[in-house]
Amino acid sequence: MNDPVSPEPSQAIKPSLWALVWTFNQIALASFGGGLSAWSREVIVVERHWMDEEEFLSASTMCRILPGANQVNLAVFVGAKFQGIPGAIAAVFGLTLIPVLIVLLLAVLYFQFHHLPSLQKILHGAAAAAVALTLAMVVKTGKKCLHGPIPILLFLATFILNGVLRWPLLLVLAIVGPLSLIWAWPRPGTK
Amino acid sequence: MKTWLQILILFGSLSLLSIGGGNSVLPEMHQRSVNDYQWLTDTQFADVFAISQAAPGPSILIVTLIGYKAAGIFGALLATVAVIVPAGAVVYLVSRFWEHAARSPIRHAIEKGFAPLTVGLVAATAFILGRSTEHDWRSYLLTAVCTGVFVFTKTNPLIVVAIAGLAGFLGWLG
Repeated sequence: MNDPVSPEPSQAIKPSLWALVWTFNQIALASFGGGLSAWSREVIVVERHWMDEEEFLSASTMCRILPGANQVNLAVFVGAKFQGIPGAIAAVFGLTLIPVLIVLLLAVLYFQFHHLPSLQKILHGAAAAAVALTLAMVVKTGKKCLHGPIPILLFLATFILNGVLRWPLLLVLAIVGPLSLIWAWPRPGTK
Repeated sequence: MKTWLQILILFGSLSLLSIGGGNSVLPEMHQRSVNDYQWLTDTQFADVFAISQAAPGPSILIVTLIGYKAAGIFGALLATVAVIVPAGAVVYLVSRFWEHAARSPIRHAIEKGFAPLTVGLVAATAFILGRSTEHDWRSYLLTAVCTGVFVFTKTNPLIVVAIAGLAGFLGWLG
C-alpha cells in the first residue's frame, strides 16, 4: 500500500469501499488506549497518501467544530471524499465495528459484576485517571485558544452555565454561541 | 418501546449538539440518563465513562454502554447508531462545500470563535465527572498527578488508567 512517489495523492488514489473499511478498522485497533487522531493522521497521510498534510488539517478542524465525535466525523469526511455516501458508511463501519463489539462485551461484564468491591475499587481509580484525561484536554486546547480576556470570559461563561449551574446545553449554546461568533468575526483592518 | 424511543431521541439530539466532540455533551447526557430517566446511577455513569475512555475507538461509545444498561443489546446498538448518524449526515453535507469556503468569514468565525466555548464544555465535563466520583483528597491527588502525566508526557493513556485502577484496587484511595 505504500507508494514511494505520489505527486497528486488525493487525485491519484481512489480507494475501494473495502479499502476504506479495512483502513479505518486498522486505525481503530491501533488506537487502543487513545491517540485516535494521531493514528488517523499517521495512516491516512503518511502511510496511504490519501490526503496531503494541509487537506488533512483543514478536514480535522472542520470535524472538530461540527457536531459529532471528531474521529467518526473524519471517517465520514474521508469516506465521502472518495466514494460518496457508501464510502462514508464503509469508513464509519470500519472505525466502529470492533470497538463497539469490545465495548458491548465490557458492558455485559461490567453490569454483571459491578457490585463486586474489588471491581469498584479498580474503577474508582480508573475514573480518576479518566477525569484527568479530560482535564489534560482542557489544558492542552485551552493553551492554544484562551489568549486575552474575551476568550477566557467565553470559556468561563460556558463552563459555569453548563457545568456548575447545569443549564441545558441548547440554552448555553444559544447564549454563548452568537457571542463567540461576533467576537471571532473577521474585521477589516485587523488580523 | 418507550425506552427505545427515549434512547433514539436523546442520543440523536445529543449527536447534533455535540459541538467539539462527544465530551461536550456529557453533562447533558449525565443529567438525562442519571437524573431524568434513571437508567444508571451516578457512580455507574462515572464507571462507564472510564471504560469508554480506555476502550479502543471513539470515546463517544459511552452511549453503547448506557444504551445497554437502559435496554440491553438492542438498546446499545440503537444508541450507537443514534449518536453517529445525525452528526455524520451534517458532516457529509458540510464536507461538500467546506473546501470552497476556505476564505469565507463564517468559516473563520466558527473555527476561532467556537474554540473557547468547546474548551468550556469539556471543562464542565471534567467538573461533573470529578464531583460524582471523587470524595476525598486521595482521589483528587490521583487526578492531579494523572493530569500532570497527560499534559507533560506522551504516556499511553491506557497505561495511566491501568496504574490508577491498580492504585484503587490496592485500597490507596480509601
